[in-house]
Amino acid sequence: MRAGRIALFSYLTLSLVPIYSLTAMAFKTNEEILGGFTLVPAHPTWANFATIFTDSDWSDGYLNSLSYVAINTVLSVMVALPGAYAFSRYHFMGDKHLFFWLLTNRMSPPAVFLLPFFQLYSSIGLFDTPWAVALSHMLFTVPLAVWILEGFISGVPREIDETAYLDGYGFVRFFFRIFFPLIRAGVGVTAFFCFMFSWVELLLARTLTSVNAKPIAATMTRTVSAAGMDWGVLAAAGVLTIVPGAVVIGFVRNYIAKGFALGRV
Amino acid sequence: MQKPTDNRAWLLVLPVLVTVAFSAVIPLMTVVNYSVQDILGPHQRTFVGREWYQHVLRDPELHGAFVRQIGFSLSVLALELPLGIGIALALPRSGVSSSLCLVVLALPLLVPWNVVGTIWQIFCRGDIGIAGRAIHALGIDYNYTADATDAWLTVIVMDVWHWSPLIALLCYAGLRAIPEAYYQAASIDGASAWATFRFIELPKLRGVLTIGILLRFMDSFMIYTEPFVLTGGGPGNATTFLSQYLARLAVGQFDLGPAAAFSLIYFLIILLLSYVFYTAMNRQEQT
Repeated sequence: MRAGRIALFSYLTLSLVPIYSLTAMAFKTNEEILGGFTLVPAHPTWANFATIFTDSDWSDGYLNSLSYVAINTVLSVMVALPGAYAFSRYHFMGDKHLFFWLLTNRMSPPAVFLLPFFQLYSSIGLFDTPWAVALSHMLFTVPLAVWILEGFISGVPREIDETAYLDGYGFVRFFFRIFFPLIRAGVGVTAFFCFMFSWVELLLARTLTSVNAKPIAATMTRTVSAAGMDWGVLAAAGVLTIVPGAVVIGFVRNYIAKGFALGRV
Repeated sequence: MQKPTDNRAWLLVLPVLVTVAFSAVIPLMTVVNYSVQDILGPHQRTFVGREWYQHVLRDPELHGAFVRQIGFSLSVLALELPLGIGIALALPRSGVSSSLCLVVLALPLLVPWNVVGTIWQIFCRGDIGIAGRAIHALGIDYNYTADATDAWLTVIVMDVWHWSPLIALLCYAGLRAIPEAYYQAASIDGASAWATFRFIELPKLRGVLTIGILLRFMDSFMIYTEPFVLTGGGPGNATTFLSQYLARLAVGQFDLGPAAAFSLIYFLIILLLSYVFYTAMNRQEQT
């Protein structure tokens, strides 16, 4: 056990080194970054962060990213919940095929859909809005959400449903009053994975937006290359993109620590 | 207990069906359309049938990218699975230290993919990066932008850093769901640590591992952004995987027909391989 702890500790330390190097860089001036290697910033400065917070391009990008991720997470969980319930509780015509078909959408490479998505969302007037990105991300978050929720729902004994129906609960009232609290942990974990996969994706997010809904990660690539590689600002922006993720893990860590075993393949 | 058959369940699946069909079926039909036409202008298009498919399938660049892709996906799976399971087993089971470890562990997962590329690009540079400097200090000649082997190793290490936590998180959650009584029974029987792992923990992890393996397989097969930022597919074509090849066709050269034809072939390859995984694991469950 002791050896295990040491190995774990060294792994976690090593895995933090790349993130540390980015953070250290965010506090350095460009001269220091390019002037030679330093492990700790010699003259820590907030200037790089100040650049980001005073330029509305950056803060807008940040808000844009957060808004499409939020829309995506809420919508995905909402449509996936009843679907997952149906897959978990009933046999119905074509259920196995439907489930696999859903998974296949998780498998389609975003690169395949770039151009068609661009045309589709342009033609219905959603191009360059958070909705376009949120809807396109649902292509891979909804199947995943159904998959994970189905596992959690199957963990709740079906007798609970049947007792509630016998007690005269209708489906809707049962679902929200009794069932939802039972699978709260599952909803939390699902929302975490939706958030994660939507937050980190860039290819679709960048293709489906131009000015008004540009995500933060795209702002990074554009502004920086135009300004001739401002390493310090780039690193500071990178650090800021990690913050929301860290906050979200903070919220769901207890659900993960409680454990779940996803039943069905 | 058998599940009741009720076709009204379709009503519950309907929202999923509509949203996914909207963002999957319509674009897919567009791709099919492109793949059989030669588009010269908005109103000038001719039907060319299988021509693009034959054109793409004979492209030696595609063959190279395909072989590299298989090699890459297999290597990262082979590294990330044991590492992820190992981390999950070593994580503390409760208390403040377990929360802290989980947060630190999951951090790489929540870094946007282009930032992952940027981090490693800087991190491995010989002049200003910590890793690059450290490797040079050991007296090893290392340059990921010029040497194909170095580029490969860098991309694989980056992916392992990035995605092992996913396997670890899933396995950790799976391990926490095993009732304490199982471990007590094992210790009464005097089972070794290995036997406990092999006959209690591993079987209970099957569900989460299946999800983990499938997700890792699909995502590594579609990897684009990270190597694009890190190496740009180079040096030469050394780290050009299938998605980069596709993006080069579609965006770089704007060859819509071949790009669409290849998109469908690409999709079918992933579909086929995933179906094999999926049925193999389903079958194991039934026996």
